[in-house]
Amino acid sequence: MSKGKFGEFGGMYAPEILVPVLEELAKAYDKYKNDEEFQEEFKYYLKQYVGRANPLYYAERLTKKLGGAKIYLKREDLNHMGAHKINNALGQVLLAKRMGKKRVIAETGAGQHGVATATVASMFGLECDIFMGAEDVRRQALNVFRMKLLGANVVAVEEGTATLTDAVDAALRNWVERSEDTFYLLGSAVGPHPYPTMVRDFQTVIGEEAREQILEAEGRLPDYLVACVGGGSNAIGLFYPFIEDKDVKMVGVEAAGQGVDTDKHAATFTKGKKGIIHGYKSYVLQDEGGQIMPVHSISAGLDYPGVGPEHSHLKDIGRASYEAVTDDEAVEAFKLLSKAEGIIPALESSHAIAYVEKLAPKLDKDQIIVMNLSGRGDKDVYTVADKMGVEI
Amino acid sequence: MGRIDSAFKRLKSEGQQAFIPFLMAGDPNLEMTKELVLEAQRRGADIIELGIPYSTPLADGPTIQRAAKRSLKNKTNLTAIFSLVEELREETQIPILLMGYYNLIFSYGLENFVKEAERVGVDGVIIPDLPLGEDQELRAYSNNLDIVLLVATNTTDRRLKAAAQNSSGFIYAVSTPGVTGAREDLSLEIKKVIDKLREYTGTPIAVGFGISKPEHVKDVHSFADGAIVGSAIIKKIEENLALLPDSEEEFIAKVGELIGELSGRDKG
Repeated sequence: MSKGKFGEFGGMYAPEILVPVLEELAKAYDKYKNDEEFQEEFKYYLKQYVGRANPLYYAERLTKKLGGAKIYLKREDLNHMGAHKINNALGQVLLAKRMGKKRVIAETGAGQHGVATATVASMFGLECDIFMGAEDVRRQALNVFRMKLLGANVVAVEEGTATLTDAVDAALRNWVERSEDTFYLLGSAVGPHPYPTMVRDFQTVIGEEAREQILEAEGRLPDYLVACVGGGSNAIGLFYPFIEDKDVKMVGVEAAGQGVDTDKHAATFTKGKKGIIHGYKSYVLQDEGGQIMPVHSISAGLDYPGVGPEHSHLKDIGRASYEAVTDDEAVEAFKLLSKAEGIIPALESSHAIAYVEKLAPKLDKDQIIVMNLSGRGDKDVYTVADKMGVEI
Repeated sequence: MGRIDSAFKRLKSEGQQAFIPFLMAGDPNLEMTKELVLEAQRRGADIIELGIPYSTPLADGPTIQRAAKRSLKNKTNLTAIFSLVEELREETQIPILLMGYYNLIFSYGLENFVKEAERVGVDGVIIPDLPLGEDQELRAYSNNLDIVLLVATNTTDRRLKAAAQNSSGFIYAVSTPGVTGAREDLSLEIKKVIDKLREYTGTPIAVGFGISKPEHVKDVHSFADGAIVGSAIIKKIEENLALLPDSEEEFIAKVGELIGELSGRDKG
C-alpha cells in the first residue's frame, strides 16, 4: 500500500486530511506523465519559454587552472529566470491547469522557486501565493520584488527560524485549508508522494540533455557528475538518466555552513540520521529526541534539514556519495568561477564548484566531470560582498 | 480489556459520551501538566490526550504550536513524558493517550516506544502524520497499546472502511477541514462520515478539531461517542500563565473551570 518508496525512503507521511489531496495529485500525475499531448506541451514550453536546450559548456580556463579532469558545466543558469527551478515549476503548473485548479501556492528558500512559480502562474493566469521565511524575505529582497512584479502575493513566515522549513510548514497548512481550488507547487524533490517522483521527472531534462551533449562532445560518458544538494532537485535531475551507467560516479554536495562540527550547517548526510520530515522518510538533521534542528547555510537554497528521499536511497545503496562544503569555500568558488570563466554562479551552485576544485586536480587530464551549474548568482552578489567586507 | 475500551463501555452503559481534553505535555511545565490532568479528571474528563511537543507540527494551528514551543523551552522529551505518566498512574487510572508526530516516535525507536508506553501505563497513541498505509511497522510491535487512526471529512470510502477495521480504542474524526484551532461554527460534514463509519464498525468515534464551547461538546455528543477539545483549553492556559509560579492553585482552578464548563459534568 505504501507508494513512492525509494528503498525504505519516501512514502506519504501526511495528515489524513492531506491524503485524499495527495492521492488526487498522484492519480492526475500518473495519468499525464505518459500522456503524449501533455509531454508535448511540456517540451514546447521548455523550448520556447525556458529556452532549452541550454549548453553543456566546456570550462577550459577553469580546467587549466585546476590542472586535472576536464570540467563541463551544465548551464541551468541560462534558463529563463536564471535557474533550474523553472523546469519543475513549468511541469507542475501545466498539471495544475489540467486538474482545473485556479490558484497555485509554493514555498521558497532562496526565492528562486518562488520566482519560478510566480513566473509560470503569471504566464498561465493563475492566482499565486508564495510562502517565504521572514529571514529569507530579508536576505532575498530582490527575488521578493521580482515575485511581486510577477503578480504574486508574498507571505512572510515568522515562525521558527523563519527560513525554508517554516515556509514549507505554512504552505502545507494553507494547502490543507484550500485544497479544493489550490495546487501546491513544491519546489524540490522532497515532500510526500508523488512529489519526489514528479519533481525528479520534470528535472530529468537536465540529465537527458547533458548525457546527449557529453556524448556528442566527447564520444563517451563522464567519470563524475557533481551537483549541489539542498532538497536535491537539480542533482536528481542530473543524476537520474545516468543511474544505470555504473561507471559514472555521482557526487552530491551539501552545505557545511560554518562547519559540520558547529551548530550552524545544513549537512544532512554528514550529520543527520534517518527520520520523517515534511511527509517523507529520509535522512534528517535532528537532535537526539527527534526534534528537527535549526539549519544554516550562506545559501538559502541549501538551508534545509531534510533531503530528497531518492538521494537517501542512492547513498544507502552506494550509488551516489555526498560531500559537504563550507560557506567560506563556497564564497571562494563563487569568486573563482566569476574570474576564471566570466560566469557568476548562484551560491548554491558554488558549493558544487568548491567540490570540483577539490576533485578535479586529483583526476587525470583525460577524465571528465560534468557539473550542474544550477543557477546564476546575481541574487547573491550582496551576500558575497557582505562576506568580503565590501559595502555596495 | 484496556482502559480506553472500558471507559467507552462504561459511558455507553450510562448513556453518556466521552469528554476528552487535550493538554500539551510540559506546557508550561511537566509538574503543572500532572496537576492539570488530575484537575481535568475532577472536572469531568473521561480520557486524557497528552501532546508530545514537536518542533515542526504540520497538522496544528498557531495555538498548539505555541504550546509546543513553551514545552520545548523546558526540553520536554518522550522520556520525561513517560515518567510523567508513570507518576500519574500512582494516582489515577484515567485512560491516557499520547499524541505526537511520527519522527519523535521513530527517533525513540518504534519497539522501544511501544514497550515503554505499555510499561508506564499509556493506553493509546495518536500520530497525525502516520496515515493508514504507513502504520504497519508500528502496529507490528503493539500488544495492548491502542493505535487510534484519524479520518477526515474528505477521507474516501475505501480509507474509511480500512480505518474502521484498523483503528483501536476509538476512531478520531476530524471535524473541520484544516488545522486545529477554535472555530465559531462547527462543521457538521463530519456527521456523514460518522454515519458511514457506523456501517463498518462498532468502534467508538470521537470528534476533534474546532470544538471550543460547551454547546459544541453537547452537539458532538448528540451524534458521536466522544468530543476532543484542544485549542480552547490551551488558550486558557496561555491567558493565565502570569499566575505562575506564585499562584499555582489559582492557575489550575482557572483552567479547571473551563474544563468543567466544557465537560458539563464538573465533579470538582
